[in-house]
Amino acid sequence: MGEKVKLIGSIQSLFSYRIEWALKLKGVEYEYIKEDVRNKSPLIFKYNPVHKKVPVLVHGGKPLPESLVILEYIDETWKDCPLLPEDPYERAMARFWAKYGDEKLWQAYMAEGEEKEKAMGPALESLAFLEKGIKGKKFFGGEKIGFLDLAVGWIPHWLNVLEEVGSMKLLDAEKFPSLHEWAENFIQISPIKECIPPREELVSYFHSALIYLRSLSANKP
Amino acid sequence: MADEIVLLSIWPSMFGMRVRVALAEKGLKYEYKEEDLQNKSPLLLMMNPVHKKIPVLIHNGKPISESMIIVEYIDEVWNHKSPLLPTDPYQRAQARFWADYVDKKLYDIGKKIIWSIKGEEETGKKEFIECLKLLEGELGDNPYFGGENFGFVDVSLVTFSCWFHTYESYGNFSIETECPKLVAWTKRCLEKESVSSSLADPHKIHNFASGVRKRLGIE
Repeated sequence: MGEKVKLIGSIQSLFSYRIEWALKLKGVEYEYIKEDVRNKSPLIFKYNPVHKKVPVLVHGGKPLPESLVILEYIDETWKDCPLLPEDPYERAMARFWAKYGDEKLWQAYMAEGEEKEKAMGPALESLAFLEKGIKGKKFFGGEKIGFLDLAVGWIPHWLNVLEEVGSMKLLDAEKFPSLHEWAENFIQISPIKECIPPREELVSYFHSALIYLRSLSANKP
Repeated sequence: MADEIVLLSIWPSMFGMRVRVALAEKGLKYEYKEEDLQNKSPLLLMMNPVHKKIPVLIHNGKPISESMIIVEYIDEVWNHKSPLLPTDPYQRAQARFWADYVDKKLYDIGKKIIWSIKGEEETGKKEFIECLKLLEGELGDNPYFGGENFGFVDVSLVTFSCWFHTYESYGNFSIETECPKLVAWTKRCLEKESVSSSLADPHKIHNFASGVRKRLGIE
């Protein structure tokens, strides 16, 4: 597998980080091309004409977008440090929870006022499901981190930024002790701990994103 | 011990039909249970406590939800026959990408045409046609999205075809005019027993949609 690997990503994108973590865990050398999602370069449009987003993995010149699709590709291409379990049922569960994490946890951040209480419901419910899933285990992957740990690995750093910017508390250590412990363990692991976004950068980005998103809904007819 | 396979779904669901196609491709026998979404069964609520949605596949008592995750599971467990995903990792990734695209785009955009209060049909129609054209481009001159063989992306998209007549009727457009190659592909897929036995009749779908629209007060 001597072909060149490039990752087009950005500091603001939690989806990019999960790819970096996977590549580093597997010891894959790659060139990181830094994008600013607020000011996209022609490269994103070239390599991801469908969704125009980061991350995009480019392997031997062939581009691949969509972070969960990329994670599976990485796992199938570089066999060291397997991410997905071997058992088909366990694999289906990992895929299900990864998809669920991506879909459910965001809504509460954007909402305001009365809507916020309502939106926090599904977010808290999803944390409850994750709490149940991690009970009795160090990581979702077992003793070592796996696919689902990487997929929800944005929670430790990003969720508290969203909580601060969105003025809400979701990952309460008392309500979700096992998930909280998982988060503490996760961020101590190499290469995760060496590869995290600068917090101030995230706060500033999500703060301006929130203003923008709220202005969009305010302007809806 | 014989496998016990149960599918919970509703007959008009293009997502449930995907699972039926996959099971048929693999020649698997299963028990089908029709759900009533206005009155969800305890079994459904127990087997999909997270989303409380169909389809749910229950294999030897263990539930799996989300249609393309179910299809991939079926492909992995019964891998001796009719593989739906290719073996090459890049082609597999491409297949997952396009199935994900169908999932993210087609259903929600299609809803604007069929269910929305007057106003969003035109934008919905425009976006819907753009999606289909993009998919048609991806198909190219291949007989199937899987290349020479019917595959993962074909399963994800073909079940929408029995809803085409309904989209066309409420959107007032012809999918065959806009995307002739795609319609040719749906006809090719329907020649397969696994597809023709799994898809609902387009006229029955139209009647179903009409009933829902009346209930929603938009017809």
